[in-house]
Amino acid sequence: MPKDGGIGASSKRREDIRFLTGEGNYTDDINLRGQAYVFFLRSDIAHGTLNSVDTSAAESMPGVVKIFTGADFTEVGSIPCGWQITDKHGEVMQEPRHPVLAFGKVRHVGEPIAAVVAETLGQARDAAEAIEVDISELPAVIDMKQAVKEGAPKVHDDLTSNLCYDWGFVEENKAAVDKAFEDAHHVTTLELVNNRLVANPMEPRVAVGDYARGTGDHTLYTTSQNPHVIRLLMGAFVLGIPEHKLRVVAPDVGGGFGTKIFHYQEEAFCTFAAKACNRPVKWTSSRSEAFMSDAHGRDHVTKIQMALDADNNFTALRTDTYANMGAYLSTFAPSVPTWLHGTLMAGNYKTPLIYVNVKAVFTNTVPVDAYRGAGRPEATYQLERLVDKCAHELGVDPIALRRQNFITEFPYATPVAVEYDTGDYIATMDKLEEIADIAGFEARRKESEAKGKLRGFGVNCYIEACGIAPSNLVGQLGARAGLYESATVRVNATGGLVVMTGSHSHGQGHETAFPQVIAEMIGIDESMIEIVHGDTANTPMGMGTYGSRSLAVGGSAMVRATEKIIAKAKKIASHLLEASEGDIELKDGAFSVAGTDKSVAWGDVTLAAYVPHNYPLEDIEPGLEETAFYDPSNFTYPSGAYACEVELDPETGHVTIERFAAADDFGNIVNPMIVSGQVHGGIAQGIGQALMENCAYDSDGQLLSASYMDYAMPRASDLPFYTVDHSCQTPCTHNPLGVKGCGEAGAIGSPPAVVNAVLDAMRSGGKNVDHIDMPVTPQRVWAAMNG
Amino acid sequence: MYNFDVEKPTSIADAVKALSRDEAQPLSGGQTLIPTLKARLAMPSVLVSLSGISEMRGVRLADDGRLCIGGGTVHRTVAQEAETHYPGLASLAARIGDPAVRNRGTIGGSVANNDPSACYPAGVLASGATIVTNSREIEADNFFQGMFSTALEEGEIVTEVKFPIPEKARYEKFIQPASRFPLVAAFVAKFNDGVRVAVTGASENGVFRWTEAETALSADFSAKALEGLKLDGGSMISDLHGSGTYRAHLVGVMTKRAVLGLI
Ligand SMILES: Cc1cc2nc3c(=O)[nH]c(=O)nc-3n(C[C@H](O)[C@H](O)[C@H](O)COP(=O)(O)OP(=O)(O)OC[C@H]3O[C@@H](n4cnc5c(N)ncnc54)[C@H](O)[C@@H]3O)c2cc1C
Repeated sequence: MPKDGGIGASSKRREDIRFLTGEGNYTDDINLRGQAYVFFLRSDIAHGTLNSVDTSAAESMPGVVKIFTGADFTEVGSIPCGWQITDKHGEVMQEPRHPVLAFGKVRHVGEPIAAVVAETLGQARDAAEAIEVDISELPAVIDMKQAVKEGAPKVHDDLTSNLCYDWGFVEENKAAVDKAFEDAHHVTTLELVNNRLVANPMEPRVAVGDYARGTGDHTLYTTSQNPHVIRLLMGAFVLGIPEHKLRVVAPDVGGGFGTKIFHYQEEAFCTFAAKACNRPVKWTSSRSEAFMSDAHGRDHVTKIQMALDADNNFTALRTDTYANMGAYLSTFAPSVPTWLHGTLMAGNYKTPLIYVNVKAVFTNTVPVDAYRGAGRPEATYQLERLVDKCAHELGVDPIALRRQNFITEFPYATPVAVEYDTGDYIATMDKLEEIADIAGFEARRKESEAKGKLRGFGVNCYIEACGIAPSNLVGQLGARAGLYESATVRVNATGGLVVMTGSHSHGQGHETAFPQVIAEMIGIDESMIEIVHGDTANTPMGMGTYGSRSLAVGGSAMVRATEKIIAKAKKIASHLLEASEGDIELKDGAFSVAGTDKSVAWGDVTLAAYVPHNYPLEDIEPGLEETAFYDPSNFTYPSGAYACEVELDPETGHVTIERFAAADDFGNIVNPMIVSGQVHGGIAQGIGQALMENCAYDSDGQLLSASYMDYAMPRASDLPFYTVDHSCQTPCTHNPLGVKGCGEAGAIGSPPAVVNAVLDAMRSGGKNVDHIDMPVTPQRVWAAMNG
Repeated sequence: MYNFDVEKPTSIADAVKALSRDEAQPLSGGQTLIPTLKARLAMPSVLVSLSGISEMRGVRLADDGRLCIGGGTVHRTVAQEAETHYPGLASLAARIGDPAVRNRGTIGGSVANNDPSACYPAGVLASGATIVTNSREIEADNFFQGMFSTALEEGEIVTEVKFPIPEKARYEKFIQPASRFPLVAAFVAKFNDGVRVAVTGASENGVFRWTEAETALSADFSAKALEGLKLDGGSMISDLHGSGTYRAHLVGVMTKRAVLGLI
């Protein structure tokens, strides 16, 4: 019987009522009295010397309040980077200054050069057109391998080259890895591109800055996944505003996918300008601006090699990756191709020796940073494509080769510095074979062939790491932040609870799932619990939501705070029941004395806490409110196996996804419906990356896919009904809920299965192709079929 | 958007008068024009909305057997009302854009705009239709004059398009994955005196008739007749989504599939 409440129930998402009826409160819905609007004049040149920005004609245009240029921000801090990588020579990465508005040079199409604040957006835009910008165009650096060549034009003149860092991991293993390759019985090599993507959340970014002259208080309303992080980065590093004078509010946020983690210039600008203009300043990104100013994702070029012994055991793995940073370092950019990518290269396999090299490169493109999965999709894609290629070169079954090399004993310490606590890769593969109906594939292939189509089947496994932690370790790895989470649980007199969490919900369904946990712990109805998030003024310092960390880290903090609540409530109950504290049991919302029929209801205890007439005032304080900070001892390691079945039209190269199955191990599950939804969305984005999404630049640095006319998003009609299963559960051993995180798995686990399936279809048509780069567009498939 | 005035005439005559104002431009469904204005790529001083002109709307079968579609008729109406008389054309209209686009976009706007990847120009050209304006009638063969260029004069309005109805016709559209406009599409119309084939999405010069295919199919209406016919990819659109060579290949495939769908 499915439960109808608490942990394991598919409670309906309560937040959807307001989202679906237009009652949400998004940042763009916030309009303050006296608000002015800013329009950013953005560079349409990828690389050039900014000789002058003449605003004189624009200043006198109707409605103009004030015009800002880079010169107004020379005394202001650089947009900071939150992670410092130390390279293989022990040197720290090259870190350029990132100005709020371009100064001296423009470095990518879309970089803001000037900002016009005016009474209306139309007036701001009119005035921006009257600004005279004089730029001497310089050759643009777009291709990463060209960018690191001797004599390449430099994106940043004050850096020694376009190489941000050259990271080796684990550097001490390199010699042993190379030796294993010399001794190998077989070596498989694959070169591939992990295509650059634009995240495209449904809600574009928005920022509203406000300043109260009477108190000196700043407020920023912004579309962020982590308002406290923005407060810290912007306050401490850019504008010099202490936290107690700066409030950051991220109200309802319409999707983030990583791209709303980062601190952006527009946020700093609106906060700064609100004070400078002494009135609220609002910016709402247009979709066109989003394409050229939201941090992009992925963009790796990789060569990967596997060494195998005579029995097809993996003996060593090495990779060479070029990772695009774009023109500046976005907040977490340096960590994505390193600690979120290199550490995952073991995948699900017991390969004993691994060496990962990553060269991070500056180019004249939009900054690149975390996008759903961040580093882990890049790791999974190359490894799972490589394993498939190994299997075909060796003439063995791709699933059998995977099974043979699976890690089977846990905990397992990989050669890339992480320790998987739990997992059961055989179980998820068994489950996948069942739900994907592999047995029926041949019959389905025949049906496709009868229609003149080719059918292909592809699988892959994945392992990912969620809830990046612990803080003391990530600090050693270069993180400039802690990675704990916080929660304050406030119980009201009549028994209802409010949880103020540092996690942020922007589609994940926290307002539904978090109460389920507390309802289970106390034995009360979910409707008695409310979640508050997204406002630094009324939540404890938290790190926000990304890396599938909310339930594993934020949920754990909430559990710890609730445990404190229960402990205190038991003390109160023992007083009311005149029993010893050790005998008090909490069940179904009532405290009872073990072995008796004496009990007191939850609500009586909470009332006693706030109306302490009959209360042990000498022993404990009145009130029932507790805070906990939770810093996990390790990552969590969700894993799974995915299968994709495609149909390929050999005449046109058009590929359709006919079936898709996902068997995931997320540990314990709080709300199966929400988990399925997360997997569904992730798979849609993974299929999008595999088949159609492509952020392309020409050699001059012009963005070719700058709108939905050229950037293809997956739509419902491109996707089949998925079969998703999360019945394989090996609970996480080190967090109180035993949960692992499910937000990114779909996007991590799906691209290789799609590409493997396409290549399988091509093989069945007599065309043996080693590899085809994503997105696997009709043109590419057709060219490969006819190449 | 820049500022502009809006006029909303209720007759063709008033619309023509309104269009004589300086920098005036007609507005129909706005599915092309409004995004252009939002991007500040056009700067009309007056927009003359044609959507209030009832004499420009509707689908009717004329006495001469032609299907006459008012220039202001939206795609959705054509998809529904042309179905009985000219299903090939109705099916073209039914596949333009998405429901929102089909409920606003018009045939007049589409042919006047003559986007090199638009659907209607292929249907109009392959049918040998006649474009009726407020002042004259123009044969399709003379109307489309290259990418975004037509025989229309300043201030001239497409009021109606008259389609001879072929024995059978079929539109095969291979979508560009982002915009869902045709990457390449072919409209094959078989009349009792010959076959016309029009291709959109492929050529740098916009919609065109594939005359070799027409000759071959007029002699022998079969897929086999198309074997060996090849277009030159060199003069075709080449972009992120398809090279000229790929497009040239797709023209062949789409044409063949249209024929196969008709026999
Ligand atoms: C998301 C999306 C998807 C689309 N997909 C497709 C597709 O798959 N296939 C396709 O063919 N099209 C597609 N379109 C375009 C759509 O069909 C438009 O409706 C059409 O191109 C223009 O018609 P309109 O009535 O909207 O014209 P408007 O946008 O109002 O006008 C277009 C131009 O024509 C002029 N004009 C308008 N009406 C007349 C007239 N009666 N006489 C003279 N000049 C006139 C205007 O001044 C303007 O220059 C799509 C559009 C969108 C937004």
